[in-house]
Amino acid sequence: MLNAHDILETIRMIQEECLDIRTVTMGISLLDCIDSDGAEACRKVYDKITSRARNLVKVCEGIEKEYGIPIINKRLSVTPIAMVSAASSGSPVKFAEIMAKAAENCGVNLIGGYSALVEKGFSAGDADFIESIPEALATTERVCASVNIGSTKAGINLDACKLMGRIVKKTAEMTADNQCFGAAKLVVFCNSVSDNPFMAGAYHGIGEPDVTINVGVSGPGVVRAALTKYKDADIAEIFDIIKKTSYKITRVGQLVGVTASARLGVPFGIVDLSLAPTPAIGDSVAYILEEMGLERCGSSGTTAALAMLNDAVKKGGVMACSRIGGLSGAFIPVSEDAGMIAAAECGALTLEKLEAMTAVCSVGLDMVVIPGDTHDDIIAAVIADEAAIGMVNNKTTAVRIIPAIGKKEGDCLDWGGLFGRGPIMSVNKYSPSAFINRGGQIPAPLHSLRN
Amino acid sequence: MRAVITVIGKDSVGILAKVSAVCAEYNANVIEVTQSVLQEMFAMIMLTDISKLTIEFTELADKMTELGNSLRLQIHTMHEDIFNTMHRI
Repeated sequence: MLNAHDILETIRMIQEECLDIRTVTMGISLLDCIDSDGAEACRKVYDKITSRARNLVKVCEGIEKEYGIPIINKRLSVTPIAMVSAASSGSPVKFAEIMAKAAENCGVNLIGGYSALVEKGFSAGDADFIESIPEALATTERVCASVNIGSTKAGINLDACKLMGRIVKKTAEMTADNQCFGAAKLVVFCNSVSDNPFMAGAYHGIGEPDVTINVGVSGPGVVRAALTKYKDADIAEIFDIIKKTSYKITRVGQLVGVTASARLGVPFGIVDLSLAPTPAIGDSVAYILEEMGLERCGSSGTTAALAMLNDAVKKGGVMACSRIGGLSGAFIPVSEDAGMIAAAECGALTLEKLEAMTAVCSVGLDMVVIPGDTHDDIIAAVIADEAAIGMVNNKTTAVRIIPAIGKKEGDCLDWGGLFGRGPIMSVNKYSPSAFINRGGQIPAPLHSLRN
Repeated sequence: MRAVITVIGKDSVGILAKVSAVCAEYNANVIEVTQSVLQEMFAMIMLTDISKLTIEFTELADKMTELGNSLRLQIHTMHEDIFNTMHRI
């Protein structure tokens, strides 16, 4: 029998502590849309997306109302477009345009999958595709792009790092009159995952079913609220509290995912065991770390606290759902987290500390704004550093870095909404150009030889 | 199928009656009610059977929200599965 305490706890978590489902993402394979005639391929892509995702928003809104839990985003991810566009000639940007049109028709705010996988080299069309990313992101609002440039099995494609340094900068330049927003929709990955429901890095991998439903949960505010009640608890007790809270949060993700997939007649994919912050007050991962006893996120001790948080989230969530996947862990996007923004503004949080933090949590340097005059090769080297952390530690790392064109340290970029506001962070200005320009492939580490 | 209706807010005359009236209007059978009033704050939890509802469950949730707005109370109407899922292994 339900008891009043449990009922009121659930309602408090949703109403006061920002518990929500961050995203229900429908992954759609476009492999059957490949055609040597580009216009025909675009028609097939549009028809497939709009027919499969027609009811996504409606079904999710019904679930929101029935269970009283907000589902903040309904999104789409598709097969990496580089695989689809390679068969036809002409600019791949037409695929971005058709993706945007399909997303608008379905009522979703973002669609991911304008992506290429080049961790071991470029196949036919990949280089042209990557060159098209700045234009694709500048001319569409809802399309997100990603490029995988490394993996534990393949090593790191240094040529792709170099290329992406330039592409990130160019994307920011082409959207300079819109707060360089294009770069906020572009992620460079090492060990990217094919069932990630979160933007901007979502794409539908080639080993996935034709259509699937993946769910990303949230709830930093709930974890922090739980911790405030235990000021004197030792760290093992803190771990236990986070674990239990994570279990409850993830159970809701499982319920929503299973219900959505049944109503849409689409197989259920995974729950991403994530703590995803928003700029809303109280919905911050940084504040959890500060609640644990750090004066500011970014101080010494931050990496240890984050490692523990990340592990506790997984251990709590793992029993709460049937299938786990995606990025699964705590996110630390600077501009999307009120505590991170404050820490970066007061100088407590630096790029170097963020890099260390990415070794122990989900993903990597996320929504970090840097001076607009940062050299392309420095951006490429930041990407290479992040990829090295991912490659060696068998984990996903990513760089979503936004050069603020025409702005300097002390300024900020403000996108509003879930993307938040990013203070410009200092970047080491010594040149890595000679290293980056060597090009070639950094070999995979010894421990990639697992067979 | 059962739903939990929770009502939280400042106490006034007839809250239980008004919420029950909406349940009766749409054939939601009230199974159990617990309520308390603490320092003028009213909190009620009502378990209802919604298997014979005459309207969609989401419409009932809307009606309850409307009633809550008119009475300046928070009324949440949620399927019991969310509570069972979250609090039971």
